[in-house]
Amino acid sequence: MPPVLETRGLTVRFGGHVAVDAVSCAFHAGTLTAIVGPNGAGKTTYFNLMSGQIPATSGDTLLEGEDISGLGAAGRAQRGIGRAFQITNLFPNLTVAENVRLAVQARGRGAASLFSLWSRHRDWIERADHYLALVNLSGVRDTLAAALPHGDKRKLEVAIMMALEPKVFMFDEPTAGMSVDEVPVILDLIRTLKADGSKTILLVEHKMDVVRSLADRIVVLHNGKLVADGDPATVIASPVVQEAYLGQAPKREAAHG
Amino acid sequence: MLTSILSGDFPRSRVLTAILLAILVGLALAPFLFPGAAAINTAAKICIFIVLVASYDLLLGYTGIVSFAHTMFFGIGGYGVGLALYTFGASWGVIGVGILAALLVGVTLAFLIGLLSLRVRAIFFAMITLAVASAFLILATQFSEFTGGEDGRSFSVPQVLRPGYRLLEQPLFGTVVNGRILAYYLVFVAAVVLFLVALRVVNSPFGRVLQAIRENDMRAEALGYRVVYYRTVANCLAAGMAVLAGAMSAIWLRYTGPDTTLSFAIMLDILLMVVIGGMGTLYGAVIGATLFIVAQNYLQKLMGLASAATEGLPLIPKLVHPDRWLLLLGILFVLSVYFFPTGIVGRLRGKSG
Ligand SMILES: Nc1ncnc2c1ncn2[C@@H]1O[C@H](COP(=O)(O)OP(=O)(O)OP(=O)(O)O)[C@@H](O)[C@H]1O
Ligand SMILES: [Mg+2]
Repeated sequence: MPPVLETRGLTVRFGGHVAVDAVSCAFHAGTLTAIVGPNGAGKTTYFNLMSGQIPATSGDTLLEGEDISGLGAAGRAQRGIGRAFQITNLFPNLTVAENVRLAVQARGRGAASLFSLWSRHRDWIERADHYLALVNLSGVRDTLAAALPHGDKRKLEVAIMMALEPKVFMFDEPTAGMSVDEVPVILDLIRTLKADGSKTILLVEHKMDVVRSLADRIVVLHNGKLVADGDPATVIASPVVQEAYLGQAPKREAAHG
Repeated sequence: MLTSILSGDFPRSRVLTAILLAILVGLALAPFLFPGAAAINTAAKICIFIVLVASYDLLLGYTGIVSFAHTMFFGIGGYGVGLALYTFGASWGVIGVGILAALLVGVTLAFLIGLLSLRVRAIFFAMITLAVASAFLILATQFSEFTGGEDGRSFSVPQVLRPGYRLLEQPLFGTVVNGRILAYYLVFVAAVVLFLVALRVVNSPFGRVLQAIRENDMRAEALGYRVVYYRTVANCLAAGMAVLAGAMSAIWLRYTGPDTTLSFAIMLDILLMVVIGGMGTLYGAVIGATLFIVAQNYLQKLMGLASAATEGLPLIPKLVHPDRWLLLLGILFVLSVYFFPTGIVGRLRGKSG
């Protein structure tokens, strides 16, 4: 079986700066891969290339063995690549429920229907409410997204991707800036997704304890290059990670995250 | 039932409901409530502009597209019907053909403009529409053998819409029901139907995607919506509706010319009506158009009265002299935009909800 998502020599150049440098990597169903690396390593840019937000300078992206390099973000989303953004990316002047409902609608039939009544698509409303409940946002469903506190915006960001019911879930620092008591909601949700066993999950995360507890595999990016790839224990202990990720020379004694 | 007619989009404010009902009743009974040619002209103009402004709001308020070509589509409708009637004589068939031809031209043009420029930056699209609309205005005035040039064309309409036609022998509630009144009701009914269709479109799944695109086109794309497709369809729908408003205008005025449909002064008026009424709500179009046109038509008279009443006082009579009406209108706009940045409807809804 081909990997669900795969990149081959994926590269993007911004002027003279190579932000993602010939990254080849395959992601399989039922696996949660954590992508780590220092700030500016190119993690978000690598995500943007795979989910189609920016075009690659060279290299290919494959979904279930099929080359999707020619597709834009909309085409990739329709084929099952879901994305939650690092910088919260909502529809600010629509309500929380409407934000999620738009994601449900995108996958539903009659998404572009001109003359049916939006408010009569009960099934969309119910599914949107289901995803809102998953992230504990049912209580603010009729609040404008713009008016939410930061932590709730992060949750909504995740709920929108969940509502797309994609094959590939791409979380870009989902808990960044959340208060300590809010983090478990998101982590539990990712754990539940993982427990399903059929989903392909990519997670960019700086907190090493989170990575250790969730990841089946860790991929390390540094200066746009893939510098390490393997099971968590090995990768974390490897000298290249100690240097690249922690920005220091490898130490004799095993350093902690 | 009412939910279906209004597409579930209720005014959601008592004051707003009252104002809208007053406008509806006022327009529905205009020929009987406000006799006289000037009054019925104003009422017809309000009906036409409600359609035009609503279609513009579909672009500006709902989709976040800034276009300066809206009067061009209005003009295409006006000239389409007008030139058809002028060339082939007055009949319903000719009106139908004129409307269809105008729709075809207008929607095709909107499609091409959209396809060429909606994928690029908003400012570029705005510039393109400005350029195309200027070119169109020049074309319409230069091809004077065909279009009548600056003077435009006057033409006659089918028999039943002419002033000489009598529907009833006896006056109804003191008003003679002639062809002008029938023409008014044709315009009124068309306006109501088109408005309700637009209301349905903005409250459909499609309409909600337009709002999503306005809010964050990049996220809409990330959800799988092809933004260019939605923007292009919205552009075509708005253009089609503006074409129909133009046709209504031509039938009502029995005249088409650059100043009544194509001019940039009208484009500016439409923009102001949308902003004053409230962007992103079609009820704003109703209120914006009504208020603006009433002010345009009656402010001068009102000022004349005020000027006469304050005679003897220092300065005030001069300030409210009828010649200053544009100045006063300008001040009113600035104040209304300053105090109601979300428009009148936004303000009314905000208070109640
Ligand atoms: N659109 C762009 N144009 C130019 N440079 C860019 C662009 N996007 C990203 N970069 C640059 O590419 C590099 C990688 O950025 P990226 O956001 O992918 O890093 P990251 O690994 O996600 O970092 P962080 O952990 O801070 O989120 C940075 O140097 C950034 O400045
Ligand atoms: Mg990042």
